[in-house]
Amino acid sequence: MSDLTAHERLAEIEGALKTIASADPTGLAELRNQILGRKAGKLTHLLRSLGGLPPEDRREIGAAANRLKTRFEEAIEARLEETRTESSDGGHGEDLSMPARALWRGNRHPVTVVVDEICEIFRELGFTRVVGPEVETDEYNFTKLNIPLDHPAADMHDTFYLSPGVLLRTHTSPMQAHTMENHEPPIRIVVPGQVYRRDPFDPSHSPVFEQIEGLAVDEDITFVDFKAGIDYFVKAFFKKDTRVRFRPSYFPFTEPSAEVDIGCPICDGSGCSTCKQTGFMEIMGAGMVHPAVFERCGVDSEKYTGYAYGMGPHRITMIRHGIPDIRMLFENDMRFLGQFAE
Amino acid sequence: MLGQPLDAGDVAHRLALLGAPADSIDPVGADLDDIIVAEVEAVEKHPDADRLFLCKVNTGSEVLDVVCGAPNVKAGCRYPYAPVGAVLPGDFKIKKRKIRGVESLGMLCSASELGLGTDSEGIMELDVDCANGERFSEAVGLADTILDLDITPDRPDLLCHKGVARELGAALDVAFKLVPIPGARACTFTPVRSEREGTVGGVKIVLDDPEGCPRYMAAAIKGVRVGSSPEWLQQRLRAIGARPVNNVVDATNYILFELNQPMHAFDLQRLDGKVLIRKASKGEKLVTLDGQERNLDPSMTMICDATKPIAIAGVMGGTDSEIGDETTDVLLECAYFSPASTRSTRNAVKLSTDASYRFERGTDPDGMADALRRAVSLIIAVAGGEEVGVPVDIYPNPRQPVTIFLRPDRVEKLLGVSFAVEEIERFLVRIGFVVAPRDERLAVQVPGWRPDVTREVDLIEEIARLHGFDEFPTVMRPFRPSSVPSDPVEGLKDRLRSAFTAAGLHEARSLSLGPAGGDNAQPVLNPLSSEEAFLRTGIMDGLLRSVERNWAVRERNVRLFEIGAVFEKTDGMPSETLSLAALVTGHSRPAHWSSGTGTQDYDLWDLKMLLETALDLVGGTLRQDGNEWVVLDESGAPIGRAGRQQADAPAWAAPVYGFEMRVSQRPHVHVHYAPVPKNPPVERDLALVLPAGVSAAEVEEVIRKSTGSLLESVVIFDEYRADDLAGRSVAWRIVLRSPKKTLRDKDADQAMSRTVKTLRETLGVELR
Repeated sequence: MSDLTAHERLAEIEGALKTIASADPTGLAELRNQILGRKAGKLTHLLRSLGGLPPEDRREIGAAANRLKTRFEEAIEARLEETRTESSDGGHGEDLSMPARALWRGNRHPVTVVVDEICEIFRELGFTRVVGPEVETDEYNFTKLNIPLDHPAADMHDTFYLSPGVLLRTHTSPMQAHTMENHEPPIRIVVPGQVYRRDPFDPSHSPVFEQIEGLAVDEDITFVDFKAGIDYFVKAFFKKDTRVRFRPSYFPFTEPSAEVDIGCPICDGSGCSTCKQTGFMEIMGAGMVHPAVFERCGVDSEKYTGYAYGMGPHRITMIRHGIPDIRMLFENDMRFLGQFAE
Repeated sequence: MLGQPLDAGDVAHRLALLGAPADSIDPVGADLDDIIVAEVEAVEKHPDADRLFLCKVNTGSEVLDVVCGAPNVKAGCRYPYAPVGAVLPGDFKIKKRKIRGVESLGMLCSASELGLGTDSEGIMELDVDCANGERFSEAVGLADTILDLDITPDRPDLLCHKGVARELGAALDVAFKLVPIPGARACTFTPVRSEREGTVGGVKIVLDDPEGCPRYMAAAIKGVRVGSSPEWLQQRLRAIGARPVNNVVDATNYILFELNQPMHAFDLQRLDGKVLIRKASKGEKLVTLDGQERNLDPSMTMICDATKPIAIAGVMGGTDSEIGDETTDVLLECAYFSPASTRSTRNAVKLSTDASYRFERGTDPDGMADALRRAVSLIIAVAGGEEVGVPVDIYPNPRQPVTIFLRPDRVEKLLGVSFAVEEIERFLVRIGFVVAPRDERLAVQVPGWRPDVTREVDLIEEIARLHGFDEFPTVMRPFRPSSVPSDPVEGLKDRLRSAFTAAGLHEARSLSLGPAGGDNAQPVLNPLSSEEAFLRTGIMDGLLRSVERNWAVRERNVRLFEIGAVFEKTDGMPSETLSLAALVTGHSRPAHWSSGTGTQDYDLWDLKMLLETALDLVGGTLRQDGNEWVVLDESGAPIGRAGRQQADAPAWAAPVYGFEMRVSQRPHVHVHYAPVPKNPPVERDLALVLPAGVSAAEVEEVIRKSTGSLLESVVIFDEYRADDLAGRSVAWRIVLRSPKKTLRDKDADQAMSRTVKTLRETLGVELR
């Protein structure tokens, strides 16, 4: 050892600093003894031997050795503190399994989530999202949509009236008329909104509920395009392999008219109480726009064709989440709303 | 009717794809599945009981001992037999048991025990041609299936069995025919056509209201014996839920369901002189068959005799001319009442019947003679009697056949698939249309039972329907973008929802109808109840009711917001505006162990944060009004309020803070970039004593103006109130920065002393 210069000895001692980070308390005590020990400590030894050095080295080596001594002391102390924290069994460390400091989180209403998802899928098909008033005239709610006021079809819409001729819309379809009157084709719109029917509250009816209406009008839209659009939506919203069935039906504003059924998402088509053992579930009414609607809204019915569809997000929400009673969607119970985190 | 056996499930599926889905599929007689036909081979007296018999019963597979108490049991006869283990209607399970010491295996049944009537006098003797052991319900023809079809209002032709058979026949490509009436002789008469009046069976019939009743036929039958209908007829009616009345009435009901032609039978001898079809006179009354006295008005079409109304046309007959046990002579009405007139009449009397339901949707004016002939032969078959005279047919303005021209290329333009002309023709002919090629088009004559088909597109729908909607391909093609821009307000609603859910509030949806909400609330003319008689003028009331419901289930922490329309009465159409409301009560964040039980409740400053969240997106400013805020729009008009809310609170509830404001989309302006500062800031704190009546906002305003362009930010960091102060002390931290140079302390001190001086002079605010 005496063969080494003072510089070399300092470098050697400094090398031992590296071992501190991984040492346990016993190792630290040993290290302290080896380096700083009053008798055998290497640094102590070095400091004591300064007198044997040339004066020009003495000052430099002395300062470096003292700095190193401080570094050793601090590093060993810090490591000791660290090892105290690491041993949680001593009760001194943090228990990281304790709950986080949280913030409240809020949810969109599950019906809103469904509405947004539906509109988003139709946006991919080029439908822009527009809205219209809930207070309407019977002209826009019925007449312009080819529903004569004295026809049994008007019975399908038991209507709240505000004054003669003024009513709460029974569907979002009046926006079809407003849009066709104010815009030239190509028209592709999807219209969410609240509608009203004179149905008392029961598990499956509410006097107020959400509807989504869609309308596509252009020069060359056919029944095949209609089926393709609806099929795209159903598979995007439900599952990719959902079965879709188009069944003839009747709406005054479409011809041909169709009910769109999907393979029951609850039982996958094998028959359950939700689908009344049919394996199918009705999800929307739709069809090709009736030429009489075009004519009443100032669109050339020879030149233009189109399709329209309407569906009920409340019902779809109930199917999606297995909600048995539509009234739950109006009660605003925190324990209910809190379940629909996105 | 279709001459081939059909599976009920398959029929339901086909009908659904034709547009008439079944609401339910009910097997009839399924509860009698355990019952078989068995023959009694021998009968002996029971050794220990006078009224009981020991029978040897052949079940087809074995011969069993059965004890029977029926006086009519005879050897060599066949009866319905319930073996051990069978369950009879009413959940009555048959067990092996000993009757007076003799073992009995099963039971011979009476009609009432099988739920087939009230006859419990004896067991049901069967006259059937089948082997012993065959299922009883099949042997006697009880086994059937009822499909309850959901018929859309445009298809009156499907409101009868004939129409449904026609559709199914078209789908299966087979012809259909009516089922022969047991024991009936076909009638061949042709009613005598006239324009205004005619006579049959000695009764003069005058049609005075050709608008309400475009066509009226009548036949007379004399010598009927009114009584119960034969079992087959009763059973057919019961199966579809109709109550058998008597043979004459049952016959008319049968025709109604079979052919969609409602008929009415009058007791001919109880008519006073003649039959007149006219509008009711003011003040006339009629007691209808349901026993109700009805007030009539001149809008209604009535059937009358010489002196009085006897029936409400197309709706219901009167009791005066009702068919009763003593009736022998019948006048049978077969009419076409106009849909509009029937609808207004039945609305006026508030009475809807199977007949009015059909007339208002449209019956077949061309099928009436066939229906009348079949009805007469059915009545004679089940009630006896004979036709008298030749039936009348009063038809002043015969309907012209409806002919529609169909362009095959239009079919392709609408449906996207091309059909050969022959194929189109074949589809339409199958459901009774008459088709003739004319130039490039097809002239299609529409049958009378399809009043819904009035223009070309209706024929195109028929083609699509009969081809099968599911047969069309599903091929996505390119489309042109919409000319209609998306409504920006939907984007605003979306941003508000994101902001408020991020702030921890759930989105609520309340009913927009409610009880009265002030003088400006718009009432509903025909509400369901007083609780839903007005349109809401605001959202807050509904949200507060939701808070109370949450409190009622011991939920103390409620955080809700809602975006929706609110309404106000005006001179014209009610106004409709978009409103946003939010409220919070209870813990301002979830309780955490680190703060023990000391979780803070929401307070006014949390509310102000929520309010400013909305203002950031919607725009607007706040003005203090008492302890509340008024929200002002950019023009200074009030659009909302915020503050503590009153609700019916339990003692443990926390205060409720909420706001409601009208929201509208404001034009989005893209910000112009400002260079980020390079020079260091200088901070100064100002602790000021504000005299009563001076608001922090006013002080800040002065600080901003007087400090000028060097001011970067000004933030309150403390408030101190104490008795020894003449007011309150508020402390601001002010950050100054210059874009041009590094500020020295001297610059900052100069600016601050200028500001302090201005504050003193303008607001009386002193340094603390």
